[in-house]
Amino acid sequence: MNGASAISASDFVPRIAHRRRFGRVFEWTCTVLSFVGIAFLAVLILRVLWEGLTWVTPKFLMNFPSVLSPEDAGIKSALWGTLWLMAITTLVAVPVGVAGAVYLEEYAPHNRLSRFIHFNITNLAGVPSIVYGILGLAVFVRWWRLDRSVLSGGLILTLLVLPVIIIASREALLAVPKSMREAAYALGATRWQTVRTHVLPVALPGIMTGIILAVSRAIGEAAPLITIGALTYVAFVPSSPLDPFTALPIQIYDWSDRPQAEFHHLAAAGIIVLLGILLPLNAVAVVVRAWQQSKKAW
Amino acid sequence: MMGLAARLKERAIHALLFLCAIISIATTLGIVWVLIEESVKFFAKVSPIEFFTGTKWAPLSSEAPSFGVLPLVCGTFLIAGGALIVAIPIGLAAAIYISEYAPPSVRRVLKPTLEVLAGIPTVVYGYFALTFVTPYILRPLYGQTEIFNAASAAIVVGVMIIPTISSLCDDAFRAVPRSLREGAYAMAATRLEVSTRVVVPAAMSGVVAAILLALARAIGETMAVALAAGMTPKLTVNPFVSVQTMTGYIVQVSLGDTPADTIGYQTIFAVAFALFLITMTINVIAQRVLKRFREVYE
Repeated sequence: MNGASAISASDFVPRIAHRRRFGRVFEWTCTVLSFVGIAFLAVLILRVLWEGLTWVTPKFLMNFPSVLSPEDAGIKSALWGTLWLMAITTLVAVPVGVAGAVYLEEYAPHNRLSRFIHFNITNLAGVPSIVYGILGLAVFVRWWRLDRSVLSGGLILTLLVLPVIIIASREALLAVPKSMREAAYALGATRWQTVRTHVLPVALPGIMTGIILAVSRAIGEAAPLITIGALTYVAFVPSSPLDPFTALPIQIYDWSDRPQAEFHHLAAAGIIVLLGILLPLNAVAVVVRAWQQSKKAW
Repeated sequence: MMGLAARLKERAIHALLFLCAIISIATTLGIVWVLIEESVKFFAKVSPIEFFTGTKWAPLSSEAPSFGVLPLVCGTFLIAGGALIVAIPIGLAAAIYISEYAPPSVRRVLKPTLEVLAGIPTVVYGYFALTFVTPYILRPLYGQTEIFNAASAAIVVGVMIIPTISSLCDDAFRAVPRSLREGAYAMAATRLEVSTRVVVPAAMSGVVAAILLALARAIGETMAVALAAGMTPKLTVNPFVSVQTMTGYIVQVSLGDTPADTIGYQTIFAVAFALFLITMTINVIAQRVLKRFREVYE
């Protein structure tokens, strides 16, 4: 071996000025690109407000949709449908999701079944929402004969958001220190007493964040509901879980898809109402998470 | 010692929690079973060779129905590919900025704000693509842009998956041990060199997993593409014309009156099956890649 390929100190050209300049350009590029998404969000919100704000009137909230006179059209049936879906999804998905997470984190033995359930939940979170719609169409609508009811819709959204709740709740439970559990066991508490009185209260903020994000995901979904044949034009409010329904995102889709400008104003007004529900929910979730991270004192 | 009643109660709770946990497995089995059952009926009438290699998709045509799924797959990947072209540079740059450059106060605000992009209902992105991106951005740039086009769908889907890439990459960058960065700084590397030659390569599997998860999300995205991309199945790479995606086709059939047990009805199960297999494969690969990277540093 001769020294032909060896590098000596004199071969190193620092080019400090050049590298620093290049570094500054890179830093600027990254900074600007980081804010592109936020700029897009700002333009989107401003555009929607500009197009729809004057259309958000008491009449808009209280009237049923109308194909003939857009000026009198409203979102009463869509708003009520969304509230129904929210109620059903929360009532079913929260207890089932939290219970599932408690089982996996506090009870499950470390065996292949538990690992498989975990792997399966991670993958379910990545299944396109429209596939849940197909599942609901075959199982809830046709097999269980629930028809195109708001109950079918709520159950589909439940299955869709369960992975979100389970994953968030598991993370919250995982963050509870072992010493808390040991303190309870040392006093003779059973496993369930330990979970109920020690683990769940400590994990509550994290679980709440997951629930809020899950509910806001459910409110914005339209694809699986369209798959089961949720209607786009409904002139009544569902009075029981077995009634047909529409929902805000479906109504917005229907109006956006029409070529006339009036309907686009209606769609924008619908979006304002929808985001008016969603963005505060998201903000609460972010604040709860930040508060929780700031007070990790153990 | 626990009394019999208390022990029974503990057992009952254990069983109940277990039931909640295995609902996820029931969901997966349900999806697979439903998709296979109806797809089998479909493939009894249409040969799989025609379905997977045919280049014309006109299943609802009464004179000459044609069942080649390639145009739908082509439309899906045209939009998902375009979305990645938008989201990869922006998402990566944002992640590098957040993890390597931003002061903590900016990071605390920027990350959750970017995540709002993923919380906006996709139907809102569809509305924005159709009524703003196409007429005010694409048309002035390229006059022949059709009202429904793949480019506007790709842009909004790209924006919506930015947080998937930026958040996961940021997590991956932050998992890179400090000592690696300090080693590079000690050898007089600039911040740019540390970011691009130490941090990004060390977190490469996290970056790859983030991009794969974003791709799966773009492929499964429904409402934005159903509104913005149109309903014209076409084997083309021209982003300025109307195309149709697999999800868009399912929406189109769901909105129409296709009676159950007809071949038109069964097509949505076959298409959903193909969609499910594609997204599932990508997700499983992403999980594998991610797991490998976790093992290195934790």
